[in-house]
Amino acid sequence: MRFLMTLNGGGRPPDEQLYAEMGRFVEELTRAGVLLATGGLDRGTHVVASGGNITLTDGPFTESKEVIVSFALIEVRSKDEALELARRFWKVVGDGEGDIRQVFGPE
Amino acid sequence: MTADASTQAAHRAIEAVWRLESARIIAGLTGLLRDVGLAEELAQDALVAALEQWPAGGIPANPGGWLMLTARHRAIDRIRRNERLAGKLNLLGRELESTQHGAPAEFDDVLDEGTIDDDLLRLMFISCHPVLSTEARIALTLRLLGGLTTEEIARAFLAAEPTIAKRIVRAKQTLASRQVPFEVPSVAERPGRLASVLEVLYLVFNEGYSAMAGDDWMRPSLCGEALRLGRVLAGLMPDEPEVHGLVALMEIQASRLAARLDSDGLPVPLPGQNRGRWDQLLIRRGFTALLRAQELGGTPGPYVLQAAIAACHARAGDAAETDWEQIALLYRALGALAPSPVVELNRAVAVAMAFGPERGLEIVDGLAAEPALAGYHHLPSVRGDLLVRLGRDGEAAEEFRRAAELTRNIPERTVLLRRAAECG
Repeated sequence: MRFLMTLNGGGRPPDEQLYAEMGRFVEELTRAGVLLATGGLDRGTHVVASGGNITLTDGPFTESKEVIVSFALIEVRSKDEALELARRFWKVVGDGEGDIRQVFGPE
Repeated sequence: MTADASTQAAHRAIEAVWRLESARIIAGLTGLLRDVGLAEELAQDALVAALEQWPAGGIPANPGGWLMLTARHRAIDRIRRNERLAGKLNLLGRELESTQHGAPAEFDDVLDEGTIDDDLLRLMFISCHPVLSTEARIALTLRLLGGLTTEEIARAFLAAEPTIAKRIVRAKQTLASRQVPFEVPSVAERPGRLASVLEVLYLVFNEGYSAMAGDDWMRPSLCGEALRLGRVLAGLMPDEPEVHGLVALMEIQASRLAARLDSDGLPVPLPGQNRGRWDQLLIRRGFTALLRAQELGGTPGPYVLQAAIAACHARAGDAAETDWEQIALLYRALGALAPSPVVELNRAVAVAMAFGPERGLEIVDGLAAEPALAGYHHLPSVRGDLLVRLGRDGEAAEEFRRAAELTRNIPERTVLLRRAAECG
């Protein structure tokens, strides 16, 4: 099963130590055959489509905790494994918010 | 949450930690004890301890470290009480001393990543050791490295649980009685031993790949398990082109999992698959792995060649766009490496696509008397395909019917009989 873990704002300010710890975590997940893709995201452009009208708004946005900052796509055998990996991820990141969602598709 | 619900949640978390960590724990303990059976037993003891303690006391900050440390302490206790293991005390000397003095061992210290990586690789080699039968290697690998329970392995292989349990126990006994060393094989031995590891992973993958709609989900999940272990192995042996070759092959084949069955659960042959349903992420990962294998150089081995064939299909927008000439050449190279009538039959298909059905039929007819293919339903099925393309429908129908009789796979039989009917 695939899960998308997102970091939606928060997290401790990035410094050398965070980069080093995160690098180790990413390598560990890669070597465990679990991490499929990961990346950081620009604050981007918000899209609202309504009745055929498409409105594009550039960030920054007021509800910053709803903005996805980075993501990791992982492949695991159960939701509990995804949750366990999320716990490890958040131990590295520190305070903040995020989501863990199953990605539907081929199992 | 009620007490029951929180206990259940803790148990599920423990199970997940176990799945993620058990291979490394068993590997580390085997490195210490040089006995796979005992290592697994003590690792299980640590799991039981976690099940007893974590629901009440909470999940420790480093659950993998906790399990490893607990298992190690049990190993030390066992050695103290057991004469037979006393000889191993010297290995443990320093650790015994530190625990006797009550020095708090840090979780991070027991998880020396480099050493455990080495032990994990040794565990892969010992689980796939040639003194064991292929079936035993598969069961032991899934048990020790995959963290699957005996029941799950039995379900995945449509076998009875006691059969699998017996197989695993015997495998461990064989490793102990034959005093198989816990080591990464020497350079001289390595190609053969590595081939055995790769074969086990690929057999597990294929078992999952052959699963049909409606099968127990444990069966298709074998693909993911083999792929995961392949990726782990590639991390442990980054300089072995065949490891990357196998990973590439599995990534690319897994990319077609969703497309290989139609909405009725019937198998769809590769040329007819909806390529929009191929998983591009896995294809890219496969290409990356194949590139890595090719960059390492040397004569391409069987997995690199098969991955290269799979990559030809993955690159093509449709069957007509496929570089069949290249595929025919790759099959020739594969056949030269290890002559096999099955490879030759596949080459016939590629040759027919590249140079016309007559040329393919020549090769197929040359295989008719091949004893290894007697009873192999793909032979008449391929022949039927080629005859259709030559407009010889009557003969083709006969071949499809023969193929249908030979296959034991019901959905495949349905497709073959349908094709026979279409030939009139």
